[in-house]
Amino acid sequence: MLLVPGLVTALVALLPIGYLLVRTAEAGPERVWEIVVRERTLTLVLRSLALAGTVTALSVVVGVGLAVLATRTNVPGRRLLAVTAALPLAIPSYVAAFAWISAFPSVSGFAGTVLVLTACCYPYVYLPVAAAMRRIDPAVEEVARSLGRSPWNTFWSVTARQLRPAAASGALLVALYALSDFGAPSLLRFDAFTRVIHASYRSSFDRTPAAVLSLLLVAITVAITVAEARTRRGSERARVGGGVARRPHTVGLGRLRWPAATLAVAVVTVALVFPIASLLYWFATGLSSGVDVPDLATSALNTFWFALLGAVLCTALAVPVGVLAARFRGRSTAVIEHASFAGHALPGIVVALALVFFGARVAQPVYQRTPLLVLAYAVLFVPAAIGAVRSAVTMSPVRTEEAARSLGSTPWQVLRRVTLPLAAPGIAAGAALVLLTCMKELPATLLLRPTGADTLATSLWTETGVAAYGAAAPYGLALVVLAVLPTLALMRSQRAGETDPS
Amino acid sequence: MSALAVRGLHASFGDTPVLRGVDLDVPGGTLTAVLGPSGCGKTTLLRAVAGFVRPDSGTVLVDNQVLVAPGTDVPPERRGIALVPQEGSLFPHLDVAGNVAFGLPREQRRGSRRVAEVLELVGLAGYAKRRPDELSGGQQQRVALARALAPDPRLVLLDEPFSALDAGLRGAIRADVRTALAATGATAVLVTHDQDEALSMADTVAVMDDGVVRMHATPEQVYTGPVDLGVARFVGQLVELPARLDGTSARTVLGEVAAVPGERHTGAGERTGVLALRPEQLRLHPAETGAGVPARVEAVSFHGHDATVAVVLEESAGARLLVRTTGPTAAVGDRVRVTVEGPGLFFADHA
Repeated sequence: MLLVPGLVTALVALLPIGYLLVRTAEAGPERVWEIVVRERTLTLVLRSLALAGTVTALSVVVGVGLAVLATRTNVPGRRLLAVTAALPLAIPSYVAAFAWISAFPSVSGFAGTVLVLTACCYPYVYLPVAAAMRRIDPAVEEVARSLGRSPWNTFWSVTARQLRPAAASGALLVALYALSDFGAPSLLRFDAFTRVIHASYRSSFDRTPAAVLSLLLVAITVAITVAEARTRRGSERARVGGGVARRPHTVGLGRLRWPAATLAVAVVTVALVFPIASLLYWFATGLSSGVDVPDLATSALNTFWFALLGAVLCTALAVPVGVLAARFRGRSTAVIEHASFAGHALPGIVVALALVFFGARVAQPVYQRTPLLVLAYAVLFVPAAIGAVRSAVTMSPVRTEEAARSLGSTPWQVLRRVTLPLAAPGIAAGAALVLLTCMKELPATLLLRPTGADTLATSLWTETGVAAYGAAAPYGLALVVLAVLPTLALMRSQRAGETDPS
Repeated sequence: MSALAVRGLHASFGDTPVLRGVDLDVPGGTLTAVLGPSGCGKTTLLRAVAGFVRPDSGTVLVDNQVLVAPGTDVPPERRGIALVPQEGSLFPHLDVAGNVAFGLPREQRRGSRRVAEVLELVGLAGYAKRRPDELSGGQQQRVALARALAPDPRLVLLDEPFSALDAGLRGAIRADVRTALAATGATAVLVTHDQDEALSMADTVAVMDDGVVRMHATPEQVYTGPVDLGVARFVGQLVELPARLDGTSARTVLGEVAAVPGERHTGAGERTGVLALRPEQLRLHPAETGAGVPARVEAVSFHGHDATVAVVLEESAGARLLVRTTGPTAAVGDRVRVTVEGPGLFFADHA
């Protein structure tokens, strides 16, 4: 009975990629092949992979390093480090790019993009690794020590082994992010896949190259997503009995305490302090020449309105799929769930482009109107909403639902009277997260927003494009404030997860 | 006053059989305890009766209505069988009244007398507005029972409902549950691994092992006349003596002891086997007494109301026996004499 709405969700999620395939097929195989084997295309692939590889490697080094410092050493300011190390997550990549290029125009190209993306992405490694580090049962390390291993040997042979799944899944997220990100490479003028796709769409009436390049990018991101899903399996721990594991041991750094602290401060400065300072500087500069308050208010209102619609649609689409995934496992459910996660592997620019084609050709009445933009948000962010619904429903105990069944409730009534009321807070939190994510979204909003309607992200983009940094800064600040909220919520939920052993 | 009848029930998880032909009859209005070690299939049996495990074969009937049979599988909500889960599993989003009223028809959920009635029955009158997280473990289990009883089910299933409670609380709540079930006349099945609980609460006890019911009888019969050594060992401590049966008595290390053949004792030709005695059938006497077999006290566990004394016989290659005494406790190292009171059960070797 939930299958039909679930199927609708899957179809919505598959629409962009499906339409892109149709468009590409129309061009004919020779034309497609001709575009794929161009020398320019090959360099583009290599350049993007080099970017993703470099950013990922640096993010792993920085993320794991900070996680170890913050959780297992006596580095000065450990608690402060634990909080601030995660905060760069709250700075959208294009805001960070704005902050750097407005201060140092020379920060551009490959090096600049690597710097900005690493600063934005390392928390994807830091957060899961730090959480895994806190969850490690110290008894396992004690056993290793009592069997004659040195502390250093124990770290590599026992502790690091247990961190590997967390670090690997974080690293793959970083790679996915670096490949899909549109804002930072574009503002920093590095010809990554996303920037070239956008340029090719803008510069030519023939949209086939843009479509082919999009599919090529999707092929790479899908491969990464599959790899990411693989790493999530098989990281269960065996521990007899409940109860809370004892706190892990901390390692004394000795003479390295202050050098380690200096390194940590450097990272936080690059990733957090400098961008904020730069934003504030330009904000102050802009103030003296007058902030355009009506424009800012209109942008904020537009942002909120589009995002609200996106969050509502995402949640409505996510509930059937999330409930199916949590409670009614089966082949058709698995197919629907996987299909609905298509947006997870699709870069925003690709979804946007596909819907532009779709709107211009098929859905003319909603082209450059709100519904098409909201649809893009739904495709991109329904996976996040499904994840929230699924975990909220999974938390509602099966035994409780069985008690309801034995008291005469049909499965449908159990869903309405027990499961959904219990899951409601989790679903609402998911909706809020989607709302805030929609508000930060750049490429789809840029391409699909109704004519003349600017949002915070597009205003920042436009003003930065013409080097009006003072005018751009208020939008950047507003976006950072918006993004801080879900980041804090995420950190709180991670902390709650630690104190609750279940 | 509904009766439950289970016939030839088979169930498995994947390739592992869990139930291998369970037969069980629970007369209307009685409480039957299903007793067995963990992994014996008792919880699976309960869940199959409730409708959450689909058996491979066999039938389940309540009041002669077929619930499970080849081609029939009545969904749980239409069975009229209420469940009291191990952890209570109250609905955390509803208050006590909301929980208890959950299974009532819609028009009776608000302002009906029924909620107050059953809450009073379980000793929680006045708790209607409390939230589940404000209740102690014992109170939560009382609410879970009230919730199960409220819609007047044909059968109540209790899945180890007391195992998560403090030992001190268990006695009181067992008695209260017994009273509440009796007051409503409900037919009930209690699954437990606790011998004390089964023997003290139930009208009949079904001892399960390895996916089948080994014995189903009154608590007294199960304790004093177990059908085989497995059942005998599971329902209480046992003293097992190698024995030779000779008419109505058996020759053992404790001398000639009156013996009754166990139920599955086959053929008159089988004469060697085991004589099973309960520790309270053995008596300790001072060494100076003439009667009994000499022994030395090896260990004493004092329980308050009684004590268990381990003694080693001075002859017979130092056989070790458990004796339950209520009198003055012997000290380790004391020399004593052991006698036997009442008949033992004889199980032949190749029964």
